[in-house]
Amino acid sequence: MPAVSMTVNGKAVTGDVEARTLLVQFLREDLRLTGTHVGCDTSQCGACVVHIEGIAVKSCTTLALQCEGAKITTIEGLAEPDGPLHPMQEAFREHHGLQCGFCTPGMIMAALDIVRRCGNDLDEHTIREQLEGNICRCTGYHNIVKAIAAGAKAMAKGGARQAAE
Amino acid sequence: MSATGIGAAVRRKEDLRFITGKGQYTDDVIRPGETRAVFVRSPHAHAKIKRIDASAAKSLPGVVAVLTGAELANDKIGNLICGWMIHSKDGTPMKMAPHPALASGKVSHEGDAVVLVIAETLAQARDAAEKVNVDYEALPAVIDTAKAKSGPQIHEVAPNNTIYEWSLGDAKAVDAAFATAKHVTKLDIVNNRLVPNAIEPRSALAEYDAGTDQLTLWNTTQNPHVSRLVIAAFVGMAPEHKLRVIAPDVGGAFGSKIFIYPEEVVCLWAARKLRRPVKWTADRSESFISDAHGRDHVTHAELALDANGKILAMRVKTIANLGAYMSTFSSSVPTYLYATLLSGQYDIPHIYCEVDAVYTNTVPVDAYRGAGRPEATFVVERLVEVAARQMNIDPADIRKQNFIKSFPHQTPVIMAYDAGDYNASLKKALELADVKGFNKRKREAARHGKLRGLGYSTYIEACGIAPSQAVGALGCGVGLWESAEVRVNPTGTVEVLTGTHAHGQGHETTFAQLVSERLGIPLENVSIVHGDTDKVQFGMGTYGSRSGAVGMSAVVKALDKIESKAKKVAAHMLEAAEGDIVFKDGKFTVAGTDKSAAWSDVALNAYIAHKFAGQELEPGLKETSFYDPTNFTFPAGCHICEVEVDRDTGRTEIVNWTAVDDFGTVVNPMIVEGQVHGGIAQGIGQALLEGAVYDKDGQLVTGSLMDYCMPHAHDVPSFKVGLTETKAPSNPLGIKGCGEAGAIASPAAVINAITDAIGTEELAMPATAQAVWSALRHGQPRQAA
Repeated sequence: MPAVSMTVNGKAVTGDVEARTLLVQFLREDLRLTGTHVGCDTSQCGACVVHIEGIAVKSCTTLALQCEGAKITTIEGLAEPDGPLHPMQEAFREHHGLQCGFCTPGMIMAALDIVRRCGNDLDEHTIREQLEGNICRCTGYHNIVKAIAAGAKAMAKGGARQAAE
Repeated sequence: MSATGIGAAVRRKEDLRFITGKGQYTDDVIRPGETRAVFVRSPHAHAKIKRIDASAAKSLPGVVAVLTGAELANDKIGNLICGWMIHSKDGTPMKMAPHPALASGKVSHEGDAVVLVIAETLAQARDAAEKVNVDYEALPAVIDTAKAKSGPQIHEVAPNNTIYEWSLGDAKAVDAAFATAKHVTKLDIVNNRLVPNAIEPRSALAEYDAGTDQLTLWNTTQNPHVSRLVIAAFVGMAPEHKLRVIAPDVGGAFGSKIFIYPEEVVCLWAARKLRRPVKWTADRSESFISDAHGRDHVTHAELALDANGKILAMRVKTIANLGAYMSTFSSSVPTYLYATLLSGQYDIPHIYCEVDAVYTNTVPVDAYRGAGRPEATFVVERLVEVAARQMNIDPADIRKQNFIKSFPHQTPVIMAYDAGDYNASLKKALELADVKGFNKRKREAARHGKLRGLGYSTYIEACGIAPSQAVGALGCGVGLWESAEVRVNPTGTVEVLTGTHAHGQGHETTFAQLVSERLGIPLENVSIVHGDTDKVQFGMGTYGSRSGAVGMSAVVKALDKIESKAKKVAAHMLEAAEGDIVFKDGKFTVAGTDKSAAWSDVALNAYIAHKFAGQELEPGLKETSFYDPTNFTFPAGCHICEVEVDRDTGRTEIVNWTAVDDFGTVVNPMIVEGQVHGGIAQGIGQALLEGAVYDKDGQLVTGSLMDYCMPHAHDVPSFKVGLTETKAPSNPLGIKGCGEAGAIASPAAVINAITDAIGTEELAMPATAQAVWSALRHGQPRQAA
């Protein structure tokens, strides 16, 4: 089996994978990073969203071998183990943007990509349109939309503080 | 109200693990030596199995075993069952066809499990499954609900594919009332078939310990104890004390994870046979053809009114499609969870309902969020709305005129409503929705070429399922009480074991709020334990919006006992009479003195037992309660939907949504609002987007998330949510339940709004742009009286 090397959540990892092994399988089964979920087999639900080089990608439709040498961030890598939560994680908790939690990692990773693409000042319409690739069956989206808007704002504040420091 | 007690919008304790990716769902659990299982499923809706050739599959690398229904039968693994007995009008019992966990001799729906392939890796199992050759002889399929009775017979036990022909109510009294009516409204209604689509697919991981003869099952289930009971007592897999069922984090359920499915049975059997752990997790495409579907009713309904719009009687005839086999609670959904709610919020003197349940060659149909009550609400609220339009009465006024205003109220369809104020929720909703300003908004919309409509749904549901004697009398095979065990540790921290199960509802927070308030201890000193038959002795699980009303009531009863015993301990510590001990804010005080003991001191003294003789008072502080409710609860409310329809494309946009619900006592308003939002979105999905479509041969055309339209963020609006409150008299906390209300209320509100906008009642769900466009052009225009 071919070997693959990548950096996942800041850590260099290698593994032997079949050519057909998907990134999500490599993350979940080889690295035991089970925060990234699989909710469908047609790239619709977005439970598997991770970041490759800072850009949101559905890891259920990416081959592990395609990620040779890439920097991957999963939900487990958003906050330091004993550090504070990422503002977007905090916003999901504060605004009750999750119920069963299964779509949540993908939602949070997708939300960060919306901020990257559309900025920190997000209106409801933009968030709803940009969430096209993620499905939640529990929340009716109401609180997810609120959480993303608040998380995006909090990220701007955090960024401003960092710049000031 | 304390900052974390009942009524506080406490942030959820369980969220930390979910937002950091540390949730533990069934597929996340890995056991040493684990194998992976893939099912070979029937591609036919109805066929004889002539031959199974697994030789090529068995020879592939990594394959551990290939197992069939013949071997399952050989090992005497019993059939799956439906646990609610319904009798037909003529007194005969329902016709339950055999449902083996792996098909034996024939298959009855696309997706029916035929062969299990087990290999070292998932990829190897998939490769091998493709090499299993099953030779089928296709049989004609029965698909259409309305025509099922005249189709080819599917099961030997069920002539005319009829499971039961059931009725409720007084047909003669209804006929007499209709004879005196000045106006009769008639509707033909199809309640569309839905696919639940919890985002976590179903999964089962089974392990056998040969040393102790113990089986363990990790499973995506809402009710691990019921699952264990059925698999032990009916399937005969293993005795209950040798079978442990664990429901770890479960990623959404909505009813679809109540049932005992073939896959967990087969994995348990295989794990014991192979002496290796066996894990199966569904692909989404597999979920579509193996998770129980919901709804699928064809109904003719009639409402009789007098000249002033007072309702005199209702007559309903429904055909309910239960699919290819009777799923675990399927029989109860179109009967006692449906017809018993046909009185809605209205004082209707006479109701008669007939329900014929039929087999078809489709995926089994069972409870899905609301289960019977959304179907009933749709019938009632469409009838009332259409009657108002036909009689030129304001739809809010006809409702007010017919509302039940005094309680208790005995309906003609079993239910005894115990508390409610339907005018209050309607009034508040009318204000929140600014119904007064609607005509202005409608004129404004018209200027932009849009048709604006307003739709009401004043729904009722029966929750808090349920008094065991009552459901027993109706045919239910189990009691529907709930259990709780409160364990106080020597340091005063508390574990609460509950038989309910959370899969998104936030019990770890709400149950802890109750305990924190009652014992005066911080929220973080309370842990809620659920979802493991080795930890929790027994419980009935979570469905039917029962966890608050029934599950938390059991916790209250156990806390009563804890307080009583703790007072005895405190009395010894404080050298006072037990009757003089007052417990308040986490402190035991001797009345009229300044002598007191803190909660944690009393807990410690209960365990060290230095201050009392063990013969006089048992050491320890742990109490159990089994709580059986005295009645169902009756959450009710008013939802108002406002839509704009594009005349040229038929596209509907929901522009305003107002929900005012009476859930009795609300433990955590943040969580309750979240439940309402989610329910409404599922109801909007049913009304506008979702519908399982079979072709004539029984292929599920909408078999993936590419073909079955789930609500996305841009399909639904933000919601205005309000509450009114009348306490439920049937449980100590006054809770009514909130989990299903949104899904029950909303489809009727949406369709009432669209039909108001487009001026015809001829519109079926899902009201896609095409369906609305077509109704605009071809629907019979409404003619008011």
